[in-house]
Amino acid sequence: MSGELSNIIIWAENKPGVFFRILWLFRRKQFNIESATVGHSETPGISRFTITVYGHHEQITNMVKQVRKLVNVVKAESLQSEMLVLRELALMKVAVKNVREKSNILRVIEHFRGRCINMAKNSLIIEVTGDENKIDAFYENMKDFVMLEFVRTGRTALFK
Amino acid sequence: MKTRLKIGQKVQGAEIICECLLRAGVTAIFGYPGGANIPIYDALYKYPELRHVLVRHEQGAAHAAEGYAWVTGRPGVCFATSGPGATNLVTGLADAMLDSIPIVAITGQVPSSLLGTDAFQEADMLGVTLPVTKHNYLVTKTEDIASVFSEAFFLAVSGRPGPVLIDITKDAQVNYAQFQYKENNEHLKNRLKLTATKEELAEIADLLNNAERPLIVAGHGVLLSGDGKTLLSVAEKQDIPVTLTQLGLSTIPQNHPLYMGMPGMHGNVAANRAPLETDVLLAVGMRFHDRVTSKTSLYAPQAKIIHIDIDPSEIGKNIMPALGVVGDAKLVLKQLLPFLQQKKNPLWLKKFEVWKKEEKDKVFTKELESPKLKSAQVINEIARQTDFEATIVADVGQNQMYAARYYQYRKYNSHFTSGGLGTMGFALPAGMGAKLGDPAREVWITIGDGGIQMTLQELATIVQEKTEVKIALLNNNYLGMVRQWQELFYKGNYSEVQLKNPDFQKLCEGFGIKSLKAKNLRQAREAIGIARKTRGPFLIEFVVQAEENVFPMIPAGAGIGEMVVSKEELK
Repeated sequence: MSGELSNIIIWAENKPGVFFRILWLFRRKQFNIESATVGHSETPGISRFTITVYGHHEQITNMVKQVRKLVNVVKAESLQSEMLVLRELALMKVAVKNVREKSNILRVIEHFRGRCINMAKNSLIIEVTGDENKIDAFYENMKDFVMLEFVRTGRTALFK
Repeated sequence: MKTRLKIGQKVQGAEIICECLLRAGVTAIFGYPGGANIPIYDALYKYPELRHVLVRHEQGAAHAAEGYAWVTGRPGVCFATSGPGATNLVTGLADAMLDSIPIVAITGQVPSSLLGTDAFQEADMLGVTLPVTKHNYLVTKTEDIASVFSEAFFLAVSGRPGPVLIDITKDAQVNYAQFQYKENNEHLKNRLKLTATKEELAEIADLLNNAERPLIVAGHGVLLSGDGKTLLSVAEKQDIPVTLTQLGLSTIPQNHPLYMGMPGMHGNVAANRAPLETDVLLAVGMRFHDRVTSKTSLYAPQAKIIHIDIDPSEIGKNIMPALGVVGDAKLVLKQLLPFLQQKKNPLWLKKFEVWKKEEKDKVFTKELESPKLKSAQVINEIARQTDFEATIVADVGQNQMYAARYYQYRKYNSHFTSGGLGTMGFALPAGMGAKLGDPAREVWITIGDGGIQMTLQELATIVQEKTEVKIALLNNNYLGMVRQWQELFYKGNYSEVQLKNPDFQKLCEGFGIKSLKAKNLRQAREAIGIARKTRGPFLIEFVVQAEENVFPMIPAGAGIGEMVVSKEELK
């Protein structure tokens, strides 16, 4: 689907199958989910989802209305990125050949305000948070080294 | 309300199920027993108030529950066992989903200890029915049954109605729990927006008060809100022509001067021409289905559209209205009445007379005066003899269009069909359910030779339950609608549409149903008279012209402006 990358935030009961009901609905309405994060919210028993999909304003508005129809969904909103603080977390495991390379890697980490959370003899695990652009840039810079594993959580968001 | 269990009484889950059904006001259940729901059937034995109808296939149970729900306005209930029993319900659930029919399906499931092990007759019904239910539940604990039932019955009828499935493991049916019953659905109630705000009403009124060529398109939502009179009051106050979608048929009497027909692919000329010229289109309880609008970009090009619907997700889904109002059709129209000025539209209404005459001259007369027996004549004859007041349960295909076009419904809520899903074979069990839901009605099932063979086994149920339905079998030995398309759009290549049918008279004899065969209009007239006088179910096989075509027609993919009234016009 074309259009802008849009944020859909959903509050739903933390019950078996609820995530499936939501994801299935996106599929049924022909959206491809770019990212989805979910976890407990400030209200006990209520999970909070941040889902990003590409779509035009009208399509996104209609999609949110569909999501609201799910019995287990308490609330659903689509929000422009400007109204949100958006973050994602990236974890990367990178091979380290020698001390010189290690210091080069640490310099990149420092630049992106990341943290080294595990240091083994031949590898490092790095944690970086930020918006997608920052994570993209971090990834680009790390291409000079031997990446062993990389994962990013996708967008999660709070209202400004 | 009669109840059997006391709050706090310790009983088996199966008994709680029956008690909940009783408390939900259920009077009839359509179902089929099996290994995973035997305990429910055992408890049912103690509840003679719950009439159980033993269908011959679970699909029949789901459709019968739809028919029951349609006439009573209460949820129709069906039972099925796990696995194949439950999967057989799927078509009926999908049908109820698309047509907003409240049904509650209760399926047995393998014991919770076996869930996920691919046990005997295990099917993941939560997964299977997710896309075809309004909501579904898996109950594995006896103490959860009562609250789930209360919520399920509320959901089925509230807001936009629909099917709800409750899958209950066998251990939950067998285990004991204290019976607790509370109707606690406030959280769901609070979500519904049923009335319009003052601002919305003022906006609707402003558009309608200033309209020069207003038009009402009303759908199933008006029937579901339980009132056609308010719609008529709105129409009469401003002299607005009313068109009714297929599922909205019989909302207002068709002999009312403001009734202008049914829009859509095989709809009436006036109802399809008017959207092209109207300046303000009031759409109530309908959803701009593709069969109604045809190509949406060419639909109602000059109109400011007001869309009133109870389901917020329908506003702007298929057509973006100038004004969308979420609310219950009856309540919003009632609120709207005092805001409307009295108006007359003589010039605009005159146009409808021209369009109506066009259809009369080019279609009706040809159909009704044909020397060979035609489906239109059969429906027209049933209509005449039943004073336009019988309940027609129509199947799918050409016969459905004839039933919609030629009955001239005058009695409120007297037409019922599978509109959204278009389920062949629907009418036989649905008609049975309708008759059982409201035995005072004269129910006619109109069905083709293809459709009747899809749920034929329910003739046995009809006989067993002594259901007094009259079945009009329109036999052309073809799958008529597909044949029509093949004739008109596929160079006349009749690919797999010819049916070598059984001898329906002998079949009826085998089932124990009285029947007659009519080959011409005179015989048809007589047969209808005899069927009506005969007690018990009756089937008439009408041998209609083999290659009839339903007109008018809007070709697939075209705009409503491209409607044709005959085969010649198509070329």
